[in-house]
Amino acid sequence: MTDIPLLSLAIWIPIIGGLLVLATGSDRNAPLARMLAFAVAVAGFVVTIPLYTGFDATTSAMQFVEMTSWVPRFNINYHLGVDGLSVLFVILNAFITILVVMAGWQVIQDKVAQYMAAFLIMSGLMNGIFSALDGVLFYVFFEASLIPLYLVIGIWGGANRVYAAIKFFLYTLLGSLLMLIALLYLFMQSGGSFSILDWHQLPLPIEPQILIFLAFLVAFGVKVPMWPVHTWLPDAHVEAPTGGSVVLAAIGLKLGAYGFLRFSLPIVPDAAQQLAPLMITLSLIAVVYIGFVALVQADMKKLVAYSSISHMGFVTLGFFIFNPLGVEGALVQMISHGFVSGAMFLCIGVLYDRMHSRQIADYGGVVNTMPKFAAFFMLFAMANSGLPATSGFVGEFMVVLGAVQFNFWIGFVAATTLILGAAYSLWMYKRVVFGKVANKHVAELEDINGREFAFLAILAFCVLAMGLYPFPFTEVMHASVNELLRHVAVSKL
Amino acid sequence: MTDMQTLYLLVPLAPLAGAILAGLFGKQIGRAGSHIVTILGVAVAFVASVVIYQDVGAGNTFNGTVYTWMVSGGISFEVGFLIDSLTVMMMLVVTFVSLMVHIYTIGYMSEDPGYQRFFSYISLFTFSMLMLVMSNNFLQLFFGWEAVGLVSYLLIGFWYERPTAIYANMKAFLVNRVGDFGFLLGIGLIAAYTGSLNYAEVFAQADQLAATEMAGTGWPLITAICICLFIGAMGKSAQVPLHVWLPDSMEGPTPISALIHAATMVTAGIFMVARMSPLFELSDGALSFVLVIGATTALFMGFLGIVQNDIKRVVAYSTLSQLGYMTVALGVSAYSAAVFHLMTHAFFKALLFLGAGSVIIGMHHDQDMRNMGGLRKYMPITWITSLLGSLALIGFPLFSGFYSKDSIIEAVHASTIPGAGYALFCVLLGVFVTAFYSFRMYFLVFHGEERFGKAHHAHDAHHGDAHGDDHAHDDHGDHHHGLAPGQKPHESPWVVTLPLVLLAIPSVLIGFFTIEPMLFGEWFKGVIFVGDNHVGLKELEASFHGPVAMAIHGLQTAPFWLAIGGVALSWFFYMKRPDIPAAIQRTFKPIHSLLENKYFFDRFNEIFFAGGARALGKGLWKAGDQGLIDGVAVNGSARLVGWIAQMSRLFQTGHLYQYAFMMIIGVFILLTYWINRG
Repeated sequence: MTDIPLLSLAIWIPIIGGLLVLATGSDRNAPLARMLAFAVAVAGFVVTIPLYTGFDATTSAMQFVEMTSWVPRFNINYHLGVDGLSVLFVILNAFITILVVMAGWQVIQDKVAQYMAAFLIMSGLMNGIFSALDGVLFYVFFEASLIPLYLVIGIWGGANRVYAAIKFFLYTLLGSLLMLIALLYLFMQSGGSFSILDWHQLPLPIEPQILIFLAFLVAFGVKVPMWPVHTWLPDAHVEAPTGGSVVLAAIGLKLGAYGFLRFSLPIVPDAAQQLAPLMITLSLIAVVYIGFVALVQADMKKLVAYSSISHMGFVTLGFFIFNPLGVEGALVQMISHGFVSGAMFLCIGVLYDRMHSRQIADYGGVVNTMPKFAAFFMLFAMANSGLPATSGFVGEFMVVLGAVQFNFWIGFVAATTLILGAAYSLWMYKRVVFGKVANKHVAELEDINGREFAFLAILAFCVLAMGLYPFPFTEVMHASVNELLRHVAVSKL
Repeated sequence: MTDMQTLYLLVPLAPLAGAILAGLFGKQIGRAGSHIVTILGVAVAFVASVVIYQDVGAGNTFNGTVYTWMVSGGISFEVGFLIDSLTVMMMLVVTFVSLMVHIYTIGYMSEDPGYQRFFSYISLFTFSMLMLVMSNNFLQLFFGWEAVGLVSYLLIGFWYERPTAIYANMKAFLVNRVGDFGFLLGIGLIAAYTGSLNYAEVFAQADQLAATEMAGTGWPLITAICICLFIGAMGKSAQVPLHVWLPDSMEGPTPISALIHAATMVTAGIFMVARMSPLFELSDGALSFVLVIGATTALFMGFLGIVQNDIKRVVAYSTLSQLGYMTVALGVSAYSAAVFHLMTHAFFKALLFLGAGSVIIGMHHDQDMRNMGGLRKYMPITWITSLLGSLALIGFPLFSGFYSKDSIIEAVHASTIPGAGYALFCVLLGVFVTAFYSFRMYFLVFHGEERFGKAHHAHDAHHGDAHGDDHAHDDHGDHHHGLAPGQKPHESPWVVTLPLVLLAIPSVLIGFFTIEPMLFGEWFKGVIFVGDNHVGLKELEASFHGPVAMAIHGLQTAPFWLAIGGVALSWFFYMKRPDIPAAIQRTFKPIHSLLENKYFFDRFNEIFFAGGARALGKGLWKAGDQGLIDGVAVNGSARLVGWIAQMSRLFQTGHLYQYAFMMIIGVFILLTYWINRG
């Protein structure tokens, strides 16, 4: 263990670095802004590496804890720490930030410093969400992280960006207001503590538990997003620039899912048990209903956005079947989805940068002009449909196994993703990549350049490494997941 | 790690290394470099398999972990090998056929621009298939299962510019995924009830599984597990109704039709059920299900072979039918006969496919048998080897197919399991049908009038194995494949004919030499289990007096005369009186059209499943997402708010983020200041 405040560094290096990037000012200094942003992103990632190497996988206790009083009067603390549920997301987030900076390197020519700064600040804020152990601190990070993404969509987005940005903002803001009420209630009941860990131990009668659960459900369910509060996501993705989509899919969606694990399950376990059928039903609807909807999308980004919702359905399903395979599978699925959906959006971005269209119908025969790209895209499309040896398989496999253990028919419905996921991924791939060159625009396409090759190759490595050897990922989760499940099984009534 | 364990690892990894080299560095190492590294990789795997075979023959088996993939929920997910007589037999078949196909490909794909890519894929396939057969657990089995599916997908769509190819490959993958859906659930049930995915540990608990009911349904658990697993086999081994992808897979280049869609991958389902015999033996329900599906496939897919004019499709339907025979054998607990037929079939079917490919080369990529005829003069090696392959296929005494097929029929005859009567009818009639379509093909291709080189080909059959650079010609509009008028077919180069000869040898001989150890000896002892309540091959064993006696006895049995009848009828129809088939076709129009349309499976799937899924997706999207959720709930409430907001519009700048940002900053400055003051 080290005394260096690693979590604070992971939060504040990107935020302060982002402000520095912002200070480079106008686009005359764009090259400087890019280099600086890249350096900050790399530095932000480097400080997260000791979080893994120094992580003690044998304990479920919080590690790398930092605790400073912030608002003594209300007992609000700057309280940070990670356990097996959160540590991987801090690292993933810092990692994805590097890719996002790379992805925006040439594409963004307008307001470069502001663009890069927005992503860096967002990255720091999201690290704050994953490591905050104080309710108010969590809420501040949770809300503040909305703003950079809102700006990214609203400024660098597509034609309909304002509608999408406002829809995104309102949806998520409304959800989190209910969460604030729940947090205040817990503060009262706990006799004046905002510590999430204290709340875990707080006995509560069933009625308030249910209400708190529902408040959290709205806040986190919108973020995940769960059916039926998911419709902001496809719009947000379609309008967002590539980097925005990558962060939104890879990290943004994980915030809500993480909230369930950190708040809903341990704070109100009885309500979670009672409402599990509801959660399972909503999750299965997400998997199946959204799978069908994804199938018929004409816009590639919408298709991948819907496929994200469907994959996140697996995550919430895994949480609420309350067995280790389910919860760990859900966590694995979250990490994998970070790689795979990020890669899918980057691939679509590569095409969009060249053709300025996301319509599947505008493509066809891309493999003829972009064979290297086609190979990468194939790998990621296969990972998206859960092919073994890719990361996409691991989580789905675990959740399906966990679900069958819980109830065969739930596993049955969930396993349909095997067919649906392959159908929408491969049908899109077929129409975009295979076939004869469809038009002169496709004929003029140039294959990926070195920078694009680099970020796709890095993600390809991650997808394969996690698919072939998930052991290091699941190893850090066991203690925390087992403790969580043990905790959830004990009634608070 | 012992030397043998190093060797086990070498078997799958050598082809993988070849695949990676040819795939990623194909440009650098060139065409020759690519085929050298991949052939070397597969050759190493084959030689290593031979050594392992001898080692296993000496009684050394292995069951161990290579590495732990993951641990979760108390279950250890591992990658590991189980090396026993069944595994090593599969390893030999896979590496040998793969080696032949690799060599053959040098000739077959010589002009293709995707040469390196093709070698990379077939080596990757070899790796995947070896991982599948060498696995000692369900996780790795599933990995290999899906990985061979992936490579099959890539290879069917190898000529990615052809619409039919990229339709066929997606169809193959999705239909296989339907099977895998069942397979995954079966694995899930096993994991849930045994807490392990390791074969040996699961089999050790088989009796408890048989005594358990599935929670929430009251079904016998073992039957549910076996049927789920078998659904996976139905996808991979193309059993009715999940057979629809296999005929279309002929869009792929012929070498892979031989390797993947005849000799190895499609037999994975058969192998899997044989491997799971300790489970299947405990469920008569599942066995009956297997039996009826297999029998239906054996007979009804054979019928379809009769009406095909594309040479590859005839062989494809014969593969379907033969896979049905193997499945039937599984259903009557004659697992070793199924695996035996799997092996003999791998040789003679790979031979027939590669022979068909040789014919296709000779015909300049025309696959329509109506344009062939009399090829024996021009392609003598292809002719002789194809004849040997056909004789093996129809089960002519002394040929390898005779021993395996006759054993299956005898086992069905002896079986008392429900459905055995129907199965016996199917497999007996199937013998006649097999002989008929096989020799219809043989006569149409190698004998009779020379119909090639005519100006107007029959062209309703689809195009042959076109090469990737064909789009250059397609612009001319009337380009088609085949021989120009006056052109003669020619025998293929040695890299093509050598594999034919090398495959012809086991096609003829291997049954004769291996039937005794494989079916009645000790070879599969301790690997394949047959319950005491099932007859299996016991009756056949009692009457077995050596392969020669079996062949002589075979001359007096129904299957032999049915086969002779089939050959004679095809000779009469296609050599003597070609007008009769046409007349029959006219007279029995509805039946012919039923066969021509493949019992309308494709049409039904296209309309009901594909169309239904798209309609459902559209409906949910338009009515659900856009109509109800966005239209009514989201935008409706937004309009309501907007209407209220109009009242106080003057006070607003309209920049939402400014408000939010100000609000949050303001709140915290105020709070911090005000609270700390107190």
